[in-house]
Amino acid sequence: MDIGSILSNALAAAIGLDTIIYALAALGLNIQFGYAGLLNFGQAAFVAIGSYGIASMVTIAGLPFGVGILVGLLASVLFALLLGIPTLRLRADYLAIATIAASEVVRLLARSNSLGAYTGGSNGLTGFADGFYDLNPFPAGTYGFGPFENNARTTWILLVGWVLVALVALATWAIMRSPWGRVLKGIREDEDAVRALGKNVYAYKMQALVLGGLVGTLAGFVFSLGRAAVQPDNYATAFTFFTYTVLLLGGAARVLGPVVGAAIFWVVLSLTDGLLRGAIAAGWVPDGLMTTTQVGQVRFMLVGLALMLLMIYRPQGIFGDRRELALDGR
Amino acid sequence: MAGDTHAPAAAEGTRKQAATRALADVPRVPGAKKPDPVIVADGVVRRFGGLTAVSVEHVEIQRGAITALIGPNGAGKTTFFNLLTGFDRPDEGQWSFDGTDLARVPAHKVARRGMVRTFQLTKALSRLTVLQNMLLGASGQKGESLLRAAFAGIWRSQEKANTERAMELLGRFKLDAKASDFAGSLSGGQRKLLEMARALMSDPQVVMLDEPMAGVNPALTQSLLGHVKDLREQGMTVLFVEHDMDMVRDISDWVVVMAQGKVVAEGPPDSVMADPAVIEAYLGGHHDVSLSDDTAAAELERTVEAEVEAEIAADEHEKGRHQS
Repeated sequence: MDIGSILSNALAAAIGLDTIIYALAALGLNIQFGYAGLLNFGQAAFVAIGSYGIASMVTIAGLPFGVGILVGLLASVLFALLLGIPTLRLRADYLAIATIAASEVVRLLARSNSLGAYTGGSNGLTGFADGFYDLNPFPAGTYGFGPFENNARTTWILLVGWVLVALVALATWAIMRSPWGRVLKGIREDEDAVRALGKNVYAYKMQALVLGGLVGTLAGFVFSLGRAAVQPDNYATAFTFFTYTVLLLGGAARVLGPVVGAAIFWVVLSLTDGLLRGAIAAGWVPDGLMTTTQVGQVRFMLVGLALMLLMIYRPQGIFGDRRELALDGR
Repeated sequence: MAGDTHAPAAAEGTRKQAATRALADVPRVPGAKKPDPVIVADGVVRRFGGLTAVSVEHVEIQRGAITALIGPNGAGKTTFFNLLTGFDRPDEGQWSFDGTDLARVPAHKVARRGMVRTFQLTKALSRLTVLQNMLLGASGQKGESLLRAAFAGIWRSQEKANTERAMELLGRFKLDAKASDFAGSLSGGQRKLLEMARALMSDPQVVMLDEPMAGVNPALTQSLLGHVKDLREQGMTVLFVEHDMDMVRDISDWVVVMAQGKVVAEGPPDSVMADPAVIEAYLGGHHDVSLSDDTAAAELERTVEAEVEAEIAADEHEKGRHQS
């Protein structure tokens, strides 16, 4: 078992594309769920909208990729309004039901035959990322060091991705320390109390939903450009649940919680994957117990176990304040 | 805290006397006209399916006075409160606040116009600090707009002024030492105080308290009573729902009695408690003693208290159903 390369892969995962995608998706979810208490179970759809915004506009319509970004952002706002207008006046659970259903509707529409001409159906779309990589200022070659060594193309997307993560985290910090952020946290605690103090709760919840959705859409841009392909089944409900896992790992309602959570999530996945495969290759695991094809599933079981342990021993996440969590009673 | 109640005693008398004088000539009948009403409600009806929870023909609330809203189980007091403050919508009816129509205005706009309320089940925002709770109460905050939120320069000075005002209010309510604690760590009585202090951050004209004494440690009762009286001395109008007859008698200038959704009696506390209609509403009409009769008072109080306790439980149940 090559411990060195397993560790090196794990370190690379900490700053890798998946970490960026989930960090952005969770940063958006943090605005909705962490601060405003909105149960958005459809974050995958916002990510899909970003991905398909670029892919469909460039590959199908032949427009420049900047147009794809604009269409993605616009569609994301419309989608948030569509979900929010009927549900945000109702109890919190209605938003959860509507978002999880709508997210599956988006995915199934994207993979349907009838819309295949616009979305590529179940095969998805490719060949839309060139516009983005043409902007790459790095000449061909390798950059970075040790486990963080990448080619020019990967370096470019990672750089753009991390700049986005930093900007979104900074913006989150700036708005959440303001009176606006205070109203949002108040709504999370008890929206009737906030209403009684003269705040338009509905408008605040809508703003949080739209804002969090837009950040999810940014994750979609990085997702599609980084892979240079979109495939509808990447945006299934599992994406949303992993995003929640990431958020809870890092600590909800903390600015950097989602970023740290995403890094830990992917490092743990990479580590368990490497270690399990190594152990099987070395013959330490009998065939009857686990084969290399089952490693993919088993590592998610281990992540589930880790999450359970975390919820038991550190329910506030890595960054959370334990005192804060102990105050759930009225 | 008793100091708060008695220290401004010289000043306290004036507003109380003014309210008593103003209400002296008002006839003791349901729907009586007041000399200077701040809230006027007409024909307010709320039905839940086949049940008519509220059916108020006419009621006026005198400005600058403390008015108690009392009544037995299921009388519709909390529902009426919810209607007035926009937390529930009536099937019929009109009401105005300070001369402007307020029917079907959403709750947050009602609050912005100067009519703030508290809740029967205290709504302290647990995972916000006491100070953040207070700051949330301030109105017209520039930083509460998303577009300006990111630019601290726009709202910092206003925030500072609000913080000063919040600390001053917290000082008055003896909560200043707790300013940086999470509101969830406060005791039940302190939460009631916080909720009242928070409501005052917006300089309201009318403060509506839904059972301010429910669940409060008796040691804190006097202090809370003092604060309620204090609101009147500062020129605010207070309307409150309460079951504690001693409190009603002690602090209210005027009492409105509801039973089965209707206003059945009105008047100063002593005359209302002797009113046969009120006794009938509370005790079922088989009693020939007045509520203010000293010899029977203790026994009656026990009966009423038992009923009231059942009523609180039922009200909370009802609230849970209708407000969810």
